Amino acid sequence: MSAPGHTGRAAPTRPLVAGLALAILTLLAILAMPGPAHAATAPCQVDASTACIGGTIKTAAGEPAAGVVLTIEGEGQTVQATSDADGRWSAAVTAAGDYTITLDTTTLPPGETLRNPAANPRTVSVTLNAQFGALFPLGEPGAAGPTTSPTDGSTSGSTTGPGTTTPDDDSGSGITAARVWQQFANGLIFGLLLALASVGLSLVYGTTGLSSFSHGEQVTLGAILAYVFVQQLGQPLWLATVLAVLVGAASGWAQDWGIWHKLRKHHIGLTQQMIVTIGLSMVLQYLFQFLFGGGRLRIVTSNPVPVQIGPVVLSRESIVSAVISIVVLACVSVFLIYTRTGRATRAVSDNPALASASGIGVERIIRVVWTGSAGLAALGGVFMGLYFQATYWNMGGTVLLLMFAAVTLGGLGTAWGALVGSMVIGVVAEMSSLVIPSDVKFAGALFILILVLLVRPQGILGRRDRIG
Amino acid sequence: MDWIRILTNAAGEIFAPATAAYALAAIGLNIHFGMTGLLNFGQAGFVLLGAYSYGISAIAGWPFWASILAAIGSALVFGVLLGIPTLKLRGDYLSIVTIAAAEIVRLVSRTTSLTWLTGGNSGLTKGDGYKDSFEALCPFPQGTTAIGPWEYDNCLSSSWWLRVCAWSAVAIGCFLVWLWMRSPWGRVLKGIREDEDAVRALGKNVYSYKMQALVLGGIGGAIAGIFYTMPSSIQADAMGRTMTFNIWTVLLLGGAATVFGPVLGSVLLWTVFMLVKSVLRDMDLGFITPTQSESFSWMLVGMTLMLLVIFRPQGILGDKKELAIDVR
Repeated sequence: MSAPGHTGRAAPTRPLVAGLALAILTLLAILAMPGPAHAATAPCQVDASTACIGGTIKTAAGEPAAGVVLTIEGEGQTVQATSDADGRWSAAVTAAGDYTITLDTTTLPPGETLRNPAANPRTVSVTLNAQFGALFPLGEPGAAGPTTSPTDGSTSGSTTGPGTTTPDDDSGSGITAARVWQQFANGLIFGLLLALASVGLSLVYGTTGLSSFSHGEQVTLGAILAYVFVQQLGQPLWLATVLAVLVGAASGWAQDWGIWHKLRKHHIGLTQQMIVTIGLSMVLQYLFQFLFGGGRLRIVTSNPVPVQIGPVVLSRESIVSAVISIVVLACVSVFLIYTRTGRATRAVSDNPALASASGIGVERIIRVVWTGSAGLAALGGVFMGLYFQATYWNMGGTVLLLMFAAVTLGGLGTAWGALVGSMVIGVVAEMSSLVIPSDVKFAGALFILILVLLVRPQGILGRRDRIG
Repeated sequence: MDWIRILTNAAGEIFAPATAAYALAAIGLNIHFGMTGLLNFGQAGFVLLGAYSYGISAIAGWPFWASILAAIGSALVFGVLLGIPTLKLRGDYLSIVTIAAAEIVRLVSRTTSLTWLTGGNSGLTKGDGYKDSFEALCPFPQGTTAIGPWEYDNCLSSSWWLRVCAWSAVAIGCFLVWLWMRSPWGRVLKGIREDEDAVRALGKNVYSYKMQALVLGGIGGAIAGIFYTMPSSIQADAMGRTMTFNIWTVLLLGGAATVFGPVLGSVLLWTVFMLVKSVLRDMDLGFITPTQSESFSWMLVGMTLMLLVIFRPQGILGDKKELAIDVR
């Protein structure tokens, strides 16, 4: 993050940046303050070996329902929880797996019924180091969630919806040195995975000028393929990863051959192409939902193996993914610097017309870039699915904006910029959950993006002439 | 299969409040994109801010008009904040910043730490009382009224009163756009869309004109948010990126840079959407569950967007010469 006033151009905007920053700090302060309702509960603390299941129960009139008893059973554990005066309840479990939550309807306030009795008991798929919500709406039975009109159509944006559960990571409370190191390490690992996914986005932008909104779905594709190979076809994880990357790369090749190459040939403008990628991203996202449903898909069902490194506890899977990511990213760099095709790629990024005039097959390079980008995105997707311990139909959609933030931050169209940007975004996202609630940690990362555009629109490694 | 019910339901979408809300949001986007050429991919952010500002102020006991002003005010502030860093940069920067900003407001309004204000991820519901001030203004008697096969409550939730108000707002929006397009002000916007530098050479303050367009279109989105959430509840996740993309589909389907394009697009998209969804659900195909029929309908929306942009970017009503999608 460059300080305000780093460049000459930024000088007039300095008071503005300061004002904005002040406004945001105030907002963050409000957010960081535990709300009035928060203080009353003894919240379940999430860590590497604990997961929290919780929710808020409100009566049909919107009042909190106190004293409702819930039983959480599964993986050899039975936990009871009772909703407090604010209607909140939470329970700590110490193993990943499927848990059955039963709400004791006799403890509901007089006259209240479950709006959807079929959803009680309910099964929740839990992963460690995360928080899960289970909502039991009260009201007239059958008056369940809205199912008409465009209103409900937008079950978008996140995986929530009546009857499903929402993963939420731990909330920021108490800054200790151990937590700082832990979040920093998590951030580095997340940044590496993000880099795998966004290097391709940046290369595609560099060679074709296209901001591809469907790149997130390439990430989801990788994760879902890994799920299919491991869970449905019973292959070992390493083979599933290799296959997912190959199929992902093939999808990139096919996409460029079937869509983007043709659009370029017919001189469809870049903005038009960008809107086409948006449409494509919707089609793919809902195709995944159509085929695999809206729930969480766990690539590996066993519990992650914790490994202690100094003050930090990481799962073995994330360490392995990080190491592989570093190796792969190094290979990409070597490819770009030393091979003929890699040099040609950089030449096309620099100036397609000149590259074409000097005998480089621009279309062939673009095809290679699309194939490679989609393969890298698939690999990133597999690792992210392992990192989040589950994947779901719009996982790519959730990280897409972080990828854009990383690419813009590093400088649109530069491969190394995407790497630097991803690390910054990863660390900022994970470390910001020390001071702001973790369900807004991605908002913190996106805010960095806007701030950077204010003071240095070309990004960290970008060049001035790209900003127009 | 009960065709009468399916057709009645689908035809009910023609004048549903959500259809009107999408039309209004698309009218706003039309001011951004159709008139000025701004690539705003955060229209759902304006919708969300409008809905929450209205809801929170109404719960705090503000009168109806004050709540409307709160919604407008939030759009104004959001528009200015977005515009300051981006309107001087190239078009795709605006698109990335707007989509990021819309995501930020969505994440912030659904965080559990703000449950006391926004209801967290369960949102604001009827029980919180945000509908009261609007329903109290209803001039109709209590009870329900059936017009043809459609029967709705006169005043409560998804009511006739709401339909009257929402579509009046759409009519006003169309009228204003019609006036603006013919005005000198609108011609400057059109000039910015076609060639920003030429307008600058004529001595116009392009930045200021873009800002005005961004704020005005955003206000359209904010008002849409009020009508969108009035029949059901205020849920941050219902106003995310998918909504922005739907608004774009609505606008491009009807035709950008036209007066009635957004209305036609909204009516057409949601009627067909409802039709496809209900037919698939009722056909009892065995291999398509009700949830899948919904996903399938959404795939069709995405496909519509792709095909429209490739083969008919001017939409149904638009003029190809009028619309240069490729702006800077």
